[in-house]
Amino acid sequence: MSKLDSRVPEGPLQEKWVNRLHEIKLVAPNNKKGISVIVVGTGLAGASAAASLGEMGYKVKAFCIQDSPRRAHSIAAQGGINAAKNYPNDGDSVWRLFYDTIKGGDFRSREANVYRLAQVSNNIIDQAVAQGVPFAREYGGELANRSFGGAQVSRTFYARGQTGQQLLLGAYQALMRQADEGSVEILPRREMLDLVLVDGKARGIIVRNLKTGDLERHEAEAVVLCTGGYGRTYFLSTNAFNSNATAAWRCHRRGAYFANPCYVQIHPTCIPQKGDYQSKLTLMSESLRNDGRVWVPKKKEDAKKDPKDIAESERDYYLERKYPSFGNLVPRDVASRNAKYVCDEGRGVPPTGRAVYLDFADAIDEQGEDTIRDKYGNLFHMYHKITDEDPYKVPMRIYPAVHYTMGGLWVDYELMSNIPGLFVAGEANFSDHGANRLGASALMQGLADGYFVVPYTIGNYLANYDIPEATTEHDAFAAAENEVEEGVKKLLKSDGKRTVIDIYKDLGDVMYDEVGMSRTKEGLAKAREKIVALREEFHAGVKVSGDDGFNKMLEVAGRVADFLELAELMAVDASEREESCGGHFREEYQTDEGEALRDDENFSHVAAWEYNKGGDPVKHKEELVFENVTPSTRSYK
Amino acid sequence: MAQESMTVHLKVWRQSGPEDEGEFRTYTQEDVNPDMSFLELLDVINEDLIKSGEDPIEFDSDCREGICGTCGCVVNGQAHGPERGTTVCQLHMRVFRHGETIVVEPWRADGFPVIKDLVVDRTALDRIIAAGGYVSVKTGPKPDANSLKIPKPRADAAFDAAACIGCGACVAACPNASASLFTGAKISHLAMLPQGKAESTRRAKRMVEQMDEEGFGACSNIGECEAACPKEISIDVIARMRREYLKSMFTSH
Repeated sequence: MSKLDSRVPEGPLQEKWVNRLHEIKLVAPNNKKGISVIVVGTGLAGASAAASLGEMGYKVKAFCIQDSPRRAHSIAAQGGINAAKNYPNDGDSVWRLFYDTIKGGDFRSREANVYRLAQVSNNIIDQAVAQGVPFAREYGGELANRSFGGAQVSRTFYARGQTGQQLLLGAYQALMRQADEGSVEILPRREMLDLVLVDGKARGIIVRNLKTGDLERHEAEAVVLCTGGYGRTYFLSTNAFNSNATAAWRCHRRGAYFANPCYVQIHPTCIPQKGDYQSKLTLMSESLRNDGRVWVPKKKEDAKKDPKDIAESERDYYLERKYPSFGNLVPRDVASRNAKYVCDEGRGVPPTGRAVYLDFADAIDEQGEDTIRDKYGNLFHMYHKITDEDPYKVPMRIYPAVHYTMGGLWVDYELMSNIPGLFVAGEANFSDHGANRLGASALMQGLADGYFVVPYTIGNYLANYDIPEATTEHDAFAAAENEVEEGVKKLLKSDGKRTVIDIYKDLGDVMYDEVGMSRTKEGLAKAREKIVALREEFHAGVKVSGDDGFNKMLEVAGRVADFLELAELMAVDASEREESCGGHFREEYQTDEGEALRDDENFSHVAAWEYNKGGDPVKHKEELVFENVTPSTRSYK
Repeated sequence: MAQESMTVHLKVWRQSGPEDEGEFRTYTQEDVNPDMSFLELLDVINEDLIKSGEDPIEFDSDCREGICGTCGCVVNGQAHGPERGTTVCQLHMRVFRHGETIVVEPWRADGFPVIKDLVVDRTALDRIIAAGGYVSVKTGPKPDANSLKIPKPRADAAFDAAACIGCGACVAACPNASASLFTGAKISHLAMLPQGKAESTRRAKRMVEQMDEEGFGACSNIGECEAACPKEISIDVIARMRREYLKSMFTSH
């Protein structure tokens, strides 16, 4: 059996998931009480998985780095969540949601996974409403929908601009209900620093208690990793300050394959950077593109002018011009790349020239300020707060920023990694979005994995696999804890001139310049050299103050050490993928019109990388088989 | 827009651990960009402290866009600082004056023990939610979402209460360190919706009792909580909490 057996069920696409559910072995109710499951991360995937597993009767331990599970970064998602409900009766269906998602991902995802995602999408909405999630409603009392980047139907459910918050609170409340029942133990302010394997199977984790600095060993029959993406490799991103790849990366070092690390989503509508003191960028939901019009001046000379002094005839609504059928609603990668191009041409707007306008003047004229306020009030408010400019009066300024990572740990159809007993859900896995994620699909995937996939498939593992006996006294726990302890000590001992943040910012610059919206073979080779040099500089002596107790900069130091390794793998993966697809754009591979040029003959596969200490990573391929759709060229013209 | 850069003096509460004595220490920062956020200023000061071998000022923050509820400190005597409807991560230096001394303290409440410097332990709020801040439904098949119609004004009102980010500013602002705005917000969100109605009185009883048990004070209608709330949640939610609690006195469970 190949190590990369995706375990996709036989049978027609529509029946695969149903059939698998029928085949899955069940764990007897009285046995569940004796089985522990560790869930790391309490975002949409983690909170929903932990709550559901607790309800089923497992003994669950839920870990998060935040002071409360409610604060995981899913909370910041603004726009919405897709489902194939077809409430507006505009022709939507499970098939159409599946097709849009697989096409949006530029045919670089696994058909069966994406179809299942579309199938369970409707259950998520029903579940959330039953929990009391206050979705937006029409005056008649029914749920409201809107259209969202890349879709020609209105299938996005939303809760003002706080959809992620409300869905996460729904999952968090379900989780706290289980805490109250005693089936879930919540362990906040804990950072997973290693995975413990016994006989090759995941049997526990080592965490650092961030409040006291103590290392702790936790044992379980299975581990579910829901720790989000690696966007913070770029330093500046829309991810939260503490978002990181450490848990996933440490699993990778223990043998879990990392799939498609070069697939990164750079979101078109973020507030542009203003100064070098910034540690993160703020996203403005792309739902704004439903009513806002993106433009820059036609002439370079006009770029520095006040926008109100640029006549309508002198404005270039470049997305509407180039993509007449989708206009401002083209997928994120297309919108971002085009913003970069117009800025590279010198038509970017002040103060830095790395920004384009997103203008609501026409929408306000047509619909009235109250309607716009109702739709986007909190987003406008946030923009005003940050920039000191009122978007009801002047156009917003936006620029792309790293937002989401489609790559992640490799998982099979049941969301288990190549390490038996290690499951990976949500953004942390690679499975559903291919090379580009569509808007409002991240919340859908996190909750699909957590509520409706892992709770069932984990039983199939627990009932079928021979799980080795082990307690936290096992040698494997002692060895892992020892390694973690050495790592922490080493960071505290080094005393160079440059701080963690200094080096981290340099890493971010390299990543944006060479592993960003547009990539080349030479640039990627250069990036790899620079990353290795930064990593050497970091380990030769980075300045970390404080002790091994409560020490946030020590936490960041450990995460940056991992980003410095992951960044290199991203550059390697981007270099070896000699085609353009979705968010991965290689300048050497484009059409005459400057659009992404895929190479299905040679690259219709998942690149799953094996860690190789001290040497080059080893690539394993999972060929992507399309039995139900024919890969086509994405065209949004 | 473009103001000159400014100089500010930060008088910050430093406390090495829960059992240690704390004290104010003053840090002066020149060339502060008015567009910088207050937490970005702390970042800049911390970089300098680290470079000079001193311990940085510890503070919690995460999303830096006012939604996760992680950040929070008392700035010039006000929870989250002088601006209304704002978390401290969204507070910008442009609201301060050149040469101003800014006093920065952690949330102070018995229910929120200090961990270090500006970082406090707010797990009491999670325990209040665990005592009933949910609708008791399991994961699994549910009726079609549109089978339940909820009038828009009611859904909107429930949303207003559901907007709470759990930052704890209401507690920090209250002279009695009451957590009534936080607790009332969740009770109201769920009591206003048909899904949460069935268990609304039991929920109110358990959550209020948990709030008392955690050492938060009683509400005496001062209204500081509403003024400090970054999501501008109205104290009407406290009135609703009382009504639901009172109802629980007359119903048996």
